[in-house]
Amino acid sequence: MTELSLIRNFSIIAHIDHGKSTLADRLIQFTGGLSDREMSEQVLDNMDIERERGITIKAQTVRLNYTAQDGLTYELNLMDTPGHVDFAYEVSRSLAACEGALLVVDAAQGVEAQTLANVYQSIEHDHEIVPVINKIDLPAAEPEKVRAEIEDIIGIDASNAVLTSAKSGIGIAEVLEAVVTRIPPPRGDRAAPLTAMLVDSWYDPYLGVVILVRVIDGVIKKGLSVKFMAGGTEHLIDRVGCMRPKIDQLDELGPGEIGFITAQIKEVAQARVGDTITTVKGGAVQALPGFKEVQPVVFCGLFPVDAADFEKLRESIARLRLNDASFSFEMESSAALGFGFRCGFLGLLHLEIIQERLTREYDLDLITTAPSVVYRIQLRASKTDDACEIMLHNPADYPDPSRIEQIDEPWIKATIYTPDEYLGSILKLCQDRRGVQTGLTYVGGRAQVGYELPLNEVVFDFYDRLKSISRGYASFDYEQIGLREGDLVKMGIMVNGDPVDALSMIVHRSVAEERGRLMCERLKDLIPRHLFKIPIQAAIGGKVIARETISAMRKDVTAKCYGGDISRKKKLLEKQKKGKARMREYGNVSIPQEAFIAALRMGEE
Amino acid sequence: MARALYIHWPFCLKKCPYCDFNSHVRAGVDAELWQRALLADMRHEAALAGGESLTSIFFGGGTPSLMPPALVAALLAEAERLWGFAPDIEITLEANPSSVEAANFAGLAAAGVNRVSLGLQSLDDSALKFLGRLHDVKEGLKALETGQERFRRVSFDLIYALPGHTPESWSDELDRALGFGTEHLSVYQLTIEPGTRFATDVRAGQFTPLDDDAAADLFALTRDRTAAAGLPAYEISNHARPGAESRHNLTYWRYQDYCGIGPGAHGRRGGMATVRHRKPENWLESIAAKAHGIAEERKLGLAEQASEALLMGLRLGEGIDLAALSRRFGMPPGELIDADRLVFHCGLGLAWQQGSLVGVTEAGMPLLDALLGELVPAALVNA
Repeated sequence: MTELSLIRNFSIIAHIDHGKSTLADRLIQFTGGLSDREMSEQVLDNMDIERERGITIKAQTVRLNYTAQDGLTYELNLMDTPGHVDFAYEVSRSLAACEGALLVVDAAQGVEAQTLANVYQSIEHDHEIVPVINKIDLPAAEPEKVRAEIEDIIGIDASNAVLTSAKSGIGIAEVLEAVVTRIPPPRGDRAAPLTAMLVDSWYDPYLGVVILVRVIDGVIKKGLSVKFMAGGTEHLIDRVGCMRPKIDQLDELGPGEIGFITAQIKEVAQARVGDTITTVKGGAVQALPGFKEVQPVVFCGLFPVDAADFEKLRESIARLRLNDASFSFEMESSAALGFGFRCGFLGLLHLEIIQERLTREYDLDLITTAPSVVYRIQLRASKTDDACEIMLHNPADYPDPSRIEQIDEPWIKATIYTPDEYLGSILKLCQDRRGVQTGLTYVGGRAQVGYELPLNEVVFDFYDRLKSISRGYASFDYEQIGLREGDLVKMGIMVNGDPVDALSMIVHRSVAEERGRLMCERLKDLIPRHLFKIPIQAAIGGKVIARETISAMRKDVTAKCYGGDISRKKKLLEKQKKGKARMREYGNVSIPQEAFIAALRMGEE
Repeated sequence: MARALYIHWPFCLKKCPYCDFNSHVRAGVDAELWQRALLADMRHEAALAGGESLTSIFFGGGTPSLMPPALVAALLAEAERLWGFAPDIEITLEANPSSVEAANFAGLAAAGVNRVSLGLQSLDDSALKFLGRLHDVKEGLKALETGQERFRRVSFDLIYALPGHTPESWSDELDRALGFGTEHLSVYQLTIEPGTRFATDVRAGQFTPLDDDAAADLFALTRDRTAAAGLPAYEISNHARPGAESRHNLTYWRYQDYCGIGPGAHGRRGGMATVRHRKPENWLESIAAKAHGIAEERKLGLAEQASEALLMGLRLGEGIDLAALSRRFGMPPGELIDADRLVFHCGLGLAWQQGSLVGVTEAGMPLLDALLGELVPAALVNA
């Protein structure tokens, strides 16, 4: 256990590419956490996907021991937080575990909009922010300009910003010194009943579920019986430790400390982020504030391309779920796609990550259906059924429209930060997506816009559009604000006269025609020409609202084919057959699986 | 037992920009060495697939009209000794329509060649230049005339659907071609083959191939015009007066056995697929070492043979006979073709079925590759 005054808990906030991971690596190296040989790039981002996308999905911490200029040795807990709104709740818990943050800004690029949301969140948590201007040895570096930007745009004092080049190892000691001298130590009471916040949890094949905790009061140690106050379960702690970043077992964690525990827990679902851990005997009465039940908000169907892979998909999803309690799944069957799963996610990025992990780590070829949200539908009584209320997760289950009394859809409150110049296009985008503006303020050269938006308009490529119209400069954050009634209809897509269930979607009546037209146009480009002409129609009920036609193929023949060419021709045929195996048949039409995904990215003009 | 023999002569004076055949440009070819080598390769095949007299021999290339007539004579004499010739044997040689080669026609005819296939390629000088040919129209027509004097049976090739070809320009050219009165005509749509200079040109934007819609129109026009002139299509790109079809090429399309000798030649004999070394030097080396030029010999499974029979046979207007193929490969007719897809595509007017005969219609011919993907059962592919 370390004395409170010698503990510092902090996170690093940075725009992608501004050097967060490199700085973290240098801090670890400088304090001797790992030898040079053990350092691999970006130690903290464990998963391949994290490394490739440069995003953090799971919170990671590393404990550094640093002897400061005052001669004392400090325990520094560096927390790497998830960086995406899909994981906003996890981020808020990680931040709640710290007292300060390093704000890393690229000396050549300056403050980027995406950083703002995170800085403000950190400020909201009452953190001490230490500005770090990185990459000062770049020829284009303008540290003074960047210093001024930090003050103007973010509004914090940057006069004593630390100048670094993480890549060249410049300024690392100064960063550590600033952490010690400027970030306040945590507060806590060793004698009080145990309260520890469950910051994150993950599944380790050797240790079982590993739980990252921040002890607020009291002491957590091996052999202690604890209970999870929201989860209502009790566990015996069998391991206590910290990451340096290698696992180091400790006797105990005292107030203010961050570390991990294990308690022979098999599923991360039992260790929910934000829960309060206390002792079974003489425990705290009051849980820590801020626990939230995480609910999936975006749903889609995942189907194996090869029906024979269904069992493999089931096992893979179950295994992923061991490590990620925030997504849900249930079996689903589709007339065209066969057996698969309806899965719920925290957001679109979360969806993409799961999809990518299934494809990559479990070697599965998947078809993903259109993402949708959960609707609440009030049904009138019919001759055979009573009036009732249903929650609709899947457009395919859309009930008989004559029974629908009312449909409610989830809304969000979005906050968008953007440089001025993109404001006009962003307002138009929000307006097109049925948004209601709630506020607009200027901070420096940036605007902060508030909008209320229906979530189904957001799951539908909103991020992609926002990113492309602002060239990546706008940032976006949202919270759910409940259900509201909407004039919603189910739009079906028919290819060659046959409905394609996987492409149906629920849309607002006012945008149905435009969506239908876009969808038909998109499919026209995505479905290859066939030997016959193919009508593509969008319809609401029986009424066709948009139509395109793919004209028939005119020529596909090998002009010259004699004895020597048989083998070559045969290879062509094999390739053709293989291509067909990756398509889905609807009424004699083969639809490539890319079409299912790409057809839904409708925003790109 | 094979009754057809293919002999490959791999040399050309110049490589044409559209050609992806096994052709090589070499300074000075040792005719005697090549004669000995081709004879050895031939004897190897005869030992494995002899016994019945040959009904056709085909000299392809490369440019086999560059072969000394004496070499052709020696090869034919040996083939006759090894297999025997059927009384009406068809002996074809592909010839380049240059004046130099035309001068050899008498000698080639004397050696036993009774049919020539002339690579005229176009009746338009600018098109010949685009195609990288060494002759012009005048020289080509002169060679055609000589060919018609020297050989009983004459065919020539044209390449169409070139960039800029319109229905008007192509139909004029085709009418002139039909006016020469040959019994056989091969007309190929220009296709850009990987690895050719044209492929590079197209990638670099030097020219754009004619689009599929325009090419399909020209294809239909060609079939109408040749049929009206009494030379209907009997295969995708081949047209003949009835009875004047290339017997040798029908062997391929009807999927009967043939021996292939010389660099890069393919053969099918007794369910065995043979391929010779492509590069002339490697082939010679193999002959020297093993007395044959085979690079690969592979036993084909019955399913694979059946798929080959389908993809060759459906090129023909006459189509295929499921009953005959069923007997030949010991598979029920239902496994030889995807019956549901056949009915569907018959309904679209792209395929036809009469009893056990199945074929592709006029409308289906320009779509044959796509149709094969539908009609050939998956179980026969990758088998």
